Amino acid sequence: MTKAAQGSLLYLDGVSVAFDGFKAINNLSLVLEPGEMRAIIGPNGAGKTTMMDIVTGKTRPDTGDVIFDGEIDLTHHDETDIAALGIGRKFQKPTVFESHTVEDNLELALDRRRGVFATLFYDQTEADREAIDRILETTRLTARRRELAANLSHGQKQWLEIGMLLAQNPKLLLVDEPVAGMTDAETEETARLLREIAQNHSVVVVEHDMGFVRELDVKVTVLAEGSVLAEGSLDHVSADQKVIENYLGR
Amino acid sequence: MKPVCRLFAVLPVLLLLLSGARADDSLGDLIDALATGKLKDRAGQIEAIAETGDPQAVPALSALRDGALYFRKSDKKVFMTEKAGTGFVLFDPISGTEVETLAKGAVKKIKVNNKLRRQLTAVIGSMTLESPDADTRLAAARTIFKNGDVSALEALDAALESEQDAEVRAAMELARASALLKSDAQTFEKVKAVELVGTKGGRDAVPLLKELASSTDESVAQAAERQIAEIEKAQALWNSAQTVWYGISLGSVLLLAAIGLAVTFGVMGVINMAHGEMVMLGAYTTFVVQEVIRGSFPGLFDYSLLMALPLAFLVAGACGFAMERGIIRFLYGRPLETLLATWGVSLILQQAIRTIFGPTNQEVGNPSWMSGAYELGGLTLTANRLWIVVFALIVFAALFLVLKRTGFGLQMRAVTQNRQMASSMGIRTPWVDALTFALGSGIAGIAGVALSQIANVSPNLGQSYIIDSFMVVVFGGVGNLWGTLVGAMTLGVANKFLEPYAGAVLAKILILVFIILFIQKRPRGLFALKGRAVEA
Amino acid sequence: MITSFVFKALDRRAIWVIAVLVGLAVLVPLLNLALPAGHPLHVPNYAISLMGKYLNYALLALALDLVWGFCGILSLGHGAFFALGGYAMGMYLMRQIGSRGVYGDPVLPDFMVFLNWQELPWFWYGFDTFWFAAIMIVLVPGLLAFVFGWFAFRSRVTGVYLSIITQAMTYALLLAFFRNEMGFGGNNGLTDFKDILGFAIQADTTRAALFSASALALSAAFLICSGIVRSKFGKVLVAVRDAESRSRFFGYRVENVKLFVFVISAMMAGVAGALYVPQVGIINPGEFAPANSIEIVVWTAVGGRGTLVGPIVGAVLVNAGKSVFTAAFPEFWLFALGALFVAVTLFLPKGIVGALSGLRKWRPRRAAPVMADAAGEAAE
Repeated sequence: MTKAAQGSLLYLDGVSVAFDGFKAINNLSLVLEPGEMRAIIGPNGAGKTTMMDIVTGKTRPDTGDVIFDGEIDLTHHDETDIAALGIGRKFQKPTVFESHTVEDNLELALDRRRGVFATLFYDQTEADREAIDRILETTRLTARRRELAANLSHGQKQWLEIGMLLAQNPKLLLVDEPVAGMTDAETEETARLLREIAQNHSVVVVEHDMGFVRELDVKVTVLAEGSVLAEGSLDHVSADQKVIENYLGR
Repeated sequence: MKPVCRLFAVLPVLLLLLSGARADDSLGDLIDALATGKLKDRAGQIEAIAETGDPQAVPALSALRDGALYFRKSDKKVFMTEKAGTGFVLFDPISGTEVETLAKGAVKKIKVNNKLRRQLTAVIGSMTLESPDADTRLAAARTIFKNGDVSALEALDAALESEQDAEVRAAMELARASALLKSDAQTFEKVKAVELVGTKGGRDAVPLLKELASSTDESVAQAAERQIAEIEKAQALWNSAQTVWYGISLGSVLLLAAIGLAVTFGVMGVINMAHGEMVMLGAYTTFVVQEVIRGSFPGLFDYSLLMALPLAFLVAGACGFAMERGIIRFLYGRPLETLLATWGVSLILQQAIRTIFGPTNQEVGNPSWMSGAYELGGLTLTANRLWIVVFALIVFAALFLVLKRTGFGLQMRAVTQNRQMASSMGIRTPWVDALTFALGSGIAGIAGVALSQIANVSPNLGQSYIIDSFMVVVFGGVGNLWGTLVGAMTLGVANKFLEPYAGAVLAKILILVFIILFIQKRPRGLFALKGRAVEA
Repeated sequence: MITSFVFKALDRRAIWVIAVLVGLAVLVPLLNLALPAGHPLHVPNYAISLMGKYLNYALLALALDLVWGFCGILSLGHGAFFALGGYAMGMYLMRQIGSRGVYGDPVLPDFMVFLNWQELPWFWYGFDTFWFAAIMIVLVPGLLAFVFGWFAFRSRVTGVYLSIITQAMTYALLLAFFRNEMGFGGNNGLTDFKDILGFAIQADTTRAALFSASALALSAAFLICSGIVRSKFGKVLVAVRDAESRSRFFGYRVENVKLFVFVISAMMAGVAGALYVPQVGIINPGEFAPANSIEIVVWTAVGGRGTLVGPIVGAVLVNAGKSVFTAAFPEFWLFALGALFVAVTLFLPKGIVGALSGLRKWRPRRAAPVMADAAGEAAE
C-alpha cells in the first residue's frame, strides 16, 4: 500500500474515470485527516457526485488509488463492504425507506449485524431503543416516529437520512448537497446538525450554497472538470484567480 | 381398331422422319452404309461419317460404340435400338424419334471390336469438342472429365489448339487432365494433372481422385490425397457458409419479430407482452387480404403481400395506438404492471382471433416470386428465406431512418430522454408516446406479413415469438437498434451452428441458458450505454 | 430466538388465518367422510380435490408474494419451481406403481419400457423412498433458485430484466422436459399413479388426507412468511424493494437478502407442486409453460401483493372463477382473465385485500406507496 496514505482517513491519488470517453474525474488527488470536516464545492459537472460514487464503491475508477483508513484499498470493495467498513453516504435527493416508519428507518440503519439470519432473529434491545430515541431527539423527529417516512416533508426527510447516518455510526460521512431545496431556517438547522456530527465523525460535504459553506467554517476543496482546482479556507479559495474564472466563466 | 388408330397417329411422324432423313441424305446414307460390309471396312465407314463433322451423327456413333446400333434385315436400314421384352424398339439414328418395335429376329446388331470402340470414342469426342456450339463443347468436355476417357486425349489436344471460349477451355483442360490421369503418362505430368483437377474440379473431382489415391504410383496417390483434403476443406467451408446463411435467415426472422419491440421496449421502455399478438394480427391481415383476392381478383395474387403490408401496419398500429391510449399511458413508470396489463391484452387478442377465425392454422399462400431457390457457388438459397432476409434489412433500415432522420424520430428521442424538457419545448408528449407505440406495433404487424410466409398462422403465432423477441432485444442491449440487429443475427447463427451437435430443441435451450448467463454478466446487453446518466 | 420469531409471526391476523386453515383441515374431511352423501352439510368428493388444488395454488401464490410483494422480485418463472416439486413427487409416485404398470416391469416406469430403456437413469435412484422424495421436493427447486439467484442477484439483474430471464428459465425447462431423452416421460409426463405411502391414491380417505395436508402446509407456510415479514429481515426486504441501492449503502448485502427469500419461496412452491400432483393425478411439462407462471402473478395481484392474506384470497377467487367460467362459457375464460389482468393493474393496484384494508384504515393523508417499483427505481 502507498506509504503516503498512512495516517490519513481517506486518500485519493491520481484517480481518473471516464464514461464513454468523457473524463468525469481526471487525475484527482485528495487527502482527508481523521476527524476532519471538509467542504467540496465546484460547478456542475465538476465530478463531485462521481467522486462520492468512487469512494462508496458505486463506480470503479479506471486508474488511481482510493485508500481508506490508511490501508484499505476501496477499489476492491463493493458498496456493502464499504458501508460496513464505516463510510456512510447521504444522497443529493433524500433517500429514505418510504414505506417504513421513521422508527423502522432508524432501526434498519442502526449499527448492528446485517446478515440474513442475524436480522431474521433480531430482537430490539433496550440499548437499541435508547439509541433510536436519542437520534429521534437530535433530528427532532420524536413526534413523528410512527409515521411513514413517505409522509415527511422534504426537510424532515433530509434530517431523517442524516439521522440514519448517525445511527449507522460511520467513521466517514459523505454528504451530498444536504440543503438543496431547504428553507433558510432549515438550512441553519442542518448546519447545526452537521457540526454536531462532525464532533465525533469525519465528514465530507458537497455543496453549492456558499452561505452554507461559510456557516460550516471548514477547509474547502474546489473541484473543476474532474480535478482539484484549489484548496484552503473559503476566503483563500474565493480569492483564487482560477476559481473565479471557473465560476464566472471565461 | 386400336392398332389402326396408332398407325394413323404414327404415320405423319414417319412421313416427317422420312423427309427429314432425306434432307440429310448424305449423313443418312453414310450411317446406313454401316449395315453393309465386313468388320474391317468399319473403320473407313466411321471415318467417312466423322469427316462430315456433323454433330447429328454423334448419337448414332455412341450407339454403335455401346452396341445399340442395329439394322433392319428387311431393308438394311440402320436404327438405334432399345430392348423391349423379347423385341427391340427402333429409333431413327439422326432425329432419335421412335419408329417401330420389331421382334428379335427382324434386326441384326452392327458389330464393333475394342479397336473400333476407341476410334469411335475419339471421333465422338472430336465431333463434339469441335462443335460450333459452345454449350455442346462444354458438355462434351465435362463428360470426358467425369469419365476420364483416355481415348479422348488426342481430340482434347486438338480442340484446345483452336478453342477461344475461356470457360470451355478451362473445362477442356480439366478434361484433359482427367484423361491424362487414366493414361500411362509420366508421373510428374500426372501429379500436375491431379493438382489441376483438384483445384478446378470441385466436388465432381472427388470420385476420380479417390480412385487415384489408391494408385500404385506413390507420388500421384499422395497428390490425390492432398487434393481430396483440399476439396473437403473447401466443402466444409461451403457447408459453414450454408449454416451461416441458415443462421442469417433465422436471425432475420428474429429481427423481424424483435424490431418492433426495439421501439416499444428499447426506446420507450414499455414491456409489451402483447407484442407477439401484433405480429399475429399482421399475419391474419395477410390471410384476410389473400382471401379477398382469391375470391374477387385472383390475378392479383402475386401482389397480395405488397397489399397486405400497409394494411397490416395500419391494423397493428391502430391496435397499438388504442392500447397506449387506453391502458399503457396510465402505467408509465410502473414497468411490472405494464407487463401484466399487456399480458392481459394479449390473452384477449388471442381469444378474439380464436373466436373469429377458429383455433386452427390458416392457409396463407406463397406468391410465385417467393418460391424456388437460387444456387450460389455451393450455397442453396430458397427464395422465401432470401426475401425475408432482404425484407428484414429493409424494415431495419427504414426504422433507422425514421428514428434518426425525421422530425418525428427526433421528437421521439427527445421525449424518451427527457420528458419534461421535451414537453416544455412544445412537444406534445402524450401524442408522441401514442404514435411511438403505434409505430412499434405497426412494425410488428409488418413482420407478421413476412412471418405468415414461413410460420403457422394460428392464434398462438405471437406466443411462439414473444420470448425470443425479448431475448434478442435484451441481448442486444435495450435502446440500441444496432444491438437488436447484431443480437438477432448472433442468436440466429449461433442457434444454427449448435443444431447439428445438439439438435434443434437442445440448441434452443442452450441459447436460452447462454442469454440468461450473459445478462448476468452484462445486465445491459451487448451494446450497453455507460455512465451516470443510465443509472439515474 | 426461534420462539421470538414465532411469537412475532403470530400477530392477530396470522392467528385468524391459521385458525381458519387448521379448522378447514379438520372439518372438511370430517364433513366428507363422516356424513352420508345426501346430508346438506356433506362435502362431495370432487369438491375435496378441487379445494385441495385451490389451496396448493394459494401456497404457490403466497410463495410468489414473498418475493414479489415484499422484495420486488417479479418472478415469471415460479411455475418452474412448482413443477419441479411436482415432478419430484411424481417420480416417487411412479416408483410406487412397481410391477402394476402396463408392462409390468418391477423397476422401470412404463414410459421407459416403452422407450426401450434397459435400466433406471441415476437421477431416478432413491425416489422409491418417501423421505428421499420429500427432501428432493424442497431441495431441487431450492437448488435451482439458489443457482439462478446466485448469478442473477450477484450481477444485479433487477426489474423487468430479471422477470424476463426468469421467464426464459421456465421456458428452457419447458423445452427440456418435453424431450423424451430427459427421462421424465416427455410430453405425456408422469401419470397413472396407484398409491402414496401405501394408501390407494383414489381412495376417499387419501383424498381427504391430502386436502388436510394442503391446508396444513399452507398454514405452516403462512406462519413462516408471517415470521419473515414481521422480523427485522422483513423490514430489510421492503427496504430492498423500495430502495435497493440505498440499502446497499447502509451495508446490507442485497444479493444475500434476495437469494435467501428467493430460495425459501422456491421451496414453498415446490411443496405446493408436490401436494398438487397426487390430487390431480398427473404432472406434465405443460406446468412449465410461461403462461402458467404469469397466471400465478395475477392471482397474487388480484388478492393484493405485499399482504400475506391477499395471495391466498386471490388464488382461491380466481381459480374458483375459472372453474365456474370454463364450465359455463369456455370461450370466454381467456377474455375474462385478460380483462382481469388489465382491470386489476389499472383500478386495483393493491389488490382486493389492499383495497379493503385501505378502506378500513382510511386516514386523510397521502397514500403510502405500497408498490414502489417506481420509487425504488427512481432512487437508484
